[in-house]
Amino acid sequence: MIPGAFDYHSPRSLDEALSLLQQHAGDAKILAGGQSLIPAMRFRLAMPSILIDINRLDDLRYIEERGDHLAIGAMTLEHSLEDAAVVRSSYPLLHDTAVVIADPLVRNMATVGGNIAHADPANDHPGTMLAYDATVVAKGPKGERTIPIDDFFTGLFENAMGEDEILTEIRIPKPAANSGGAYTKFERKVGDYAISAAAVQLRLDGGTVAAARIGLTNVSAVPMRAKGAEAELVGKSISDAVIEAAGTAAAAECDPSPDLRGGVDYKRDITRVMVKRSIQQAVARAKGGK
Amino acid sequence: MSEHEVTLTINGESVTRSVEARTLLVHFIREDLSLTGTHIGCDTTSCGACTVLVCGKPVKSCTMFAVQADGAEVETIESVAVGGALHPLQEGFWEKHGLQCGYCTPGMIMTAKNFLANNPNPTEDEIRRGISGNLCRCTGYNKIVEAIQYAAEKIQADAGGE
Ligand SMILES: Cc1cc2nc3c(=O)[nH]c(=O)nc-3n(C[C@H](O)[C@H](O)[C@H](O)COP(=O)(O)OP(=O)(O)OC[C@H]3O[C@@H](n4cnc5c(N)ncnc54)[C@H](O)[C@@H]3O)c2cc1C
Ligand code: FES
Ligand code: FES
Repeated sequence: MIPGAFDYHSPRSLDEALSLLQQHAGDAKILAGGQSLIPAMRFRLAMPSILIDINRLDDLRYIEERGDHLAIGAMTLEHSLEDAAVVRSSYPLLHDTAVVIADPLVRNMATVGGNIAHADPANDHPGTMLAYDATVVAKGPKGERTIPIDDFFTGLFENAMGEDEILTEIRIPKPAANSGGAYTKFERKVGDYAISAAAVQLRLDGGTVAAARIGLTNVSAVPMRAKGAEAELVGKSISDAVIEAAGTAAAAECDPSPDLRGGVDYKRDITRVMVKRSIQQAVARAKGGK
Repeated sequence: MSEHEVTLTINGESVTRSVEARTLLVHFIREDLSLTGTHIGCDTTSCGACTVLVCGKPVKSCTMFAVQADGAEVETIESVAVGGALHPLQEGFWEKHGLQCGYCTPGMIMTAKNFLANNPNPTEDEIRRGISGNLCRCTGYNKIVEAIQYAAEKIQADAGGE
């Protein structure tokens, strides 16, 4: 199927992209990797009259630790995330996530910024960024602002950015000592969206969980944190019973829809298991394991 | 609805054409350039039959606009055999029966070509992950994996035998 007609712009700088966006506010869409937008346009689910292609903005492709956080440029390819040494060594939750997003061909085009801006609860980065307590940087005509990830996802495919803003960077706080994270995803086949998946980032103090954040994938209309599950962990000494209680809480608080990937009860139970597995792995990593 | 003049290198040859912005790269390759080795197998960016290399990287050409390839180097299956001599991957697919209907084969070979360039001595598991964006409805994949293993060995032997 062929997308509807549109005018195409390929700005060479962020400022040029922002002024085009302002000029055509409401009619224009940003084209990043296109791996969500072009399929939607082919089905005529999206019919923007103007596309602003930001693939020439190579300044927005970087992965580097700066001060207290890891800075990821919005146009960083998923494929680059898989390969980056710093991600492999210090951000295992992010690495786990990057390698299960779509397939290698899609990951050669898809961007981290696009994955988050799309605000699709089926995408894998939203849950991971919620678990990391990341910050989104957006730039618009009034300048740059930061948006805490907890405030970023406002609805199905809706985010807190204005129509004249561009997502430029994602910041992940550097994990403190004795921290660990993991992402566990259950999919029908390799390359598919999750039936359910769980992102866990936690910090231990001796055998006790000092802090924990849990994000869930594809079991709610808006990407969500499993706050009930987090509460079952924080302040507790880690044990099988505590992990089971957290899994059970996540199963109860998620809100999946029945579809081709399964019914509601099935998805809740898979969520319980994904949360447990991610906690176990995160704890092992916090203790220095792989 | 904008029209754009696009200049790109296709299989080593520079071409310039005027395209409508919404023209997908795969349609440009098949219809404007009459290179029909690149296939279209789905409408959902799922199958990888349309895989081509853009600046060396395998991508699904049904999910990119031709105008985005302005200035790029694009390689399709038509570039793989040089002077009538089969590439080791093509030979591998032939020797190991890596195809039945052949619909997925051009995409598989383009993906595998880039994969072997980055990982000349892969494990079976790495091969399976490497081709996980390319669907085959016929072979059950085992013969495709064997074909890629054959090519990896052949390429290494050829390089060592110089
Ligand atoms: C077959 C297939 C399987 C997939 N499986 C998965 C999966 O398992 N997990 C997963 O997480 N994803 C999956 N995806 C989605 C893929 O990761 C997308 O690429 C991603 O959702 C969007 O990133 P993109 O760079 O392609 O953005 P685009 O498609 O270009 O854009 C998506 C939306 O975000 C907006 N946007 C993009 N970048 C910016 C920016 N910097 N500022 C403001 N707005 C912006 C666009 O205007 C558009 O509305 C899959 C895609 C396909 C085709
Ligand atoms: S035709 Fe199926 S992915 Fe391109
Ligand atoms: S040989 Fe028929 S689809 Fe692969």
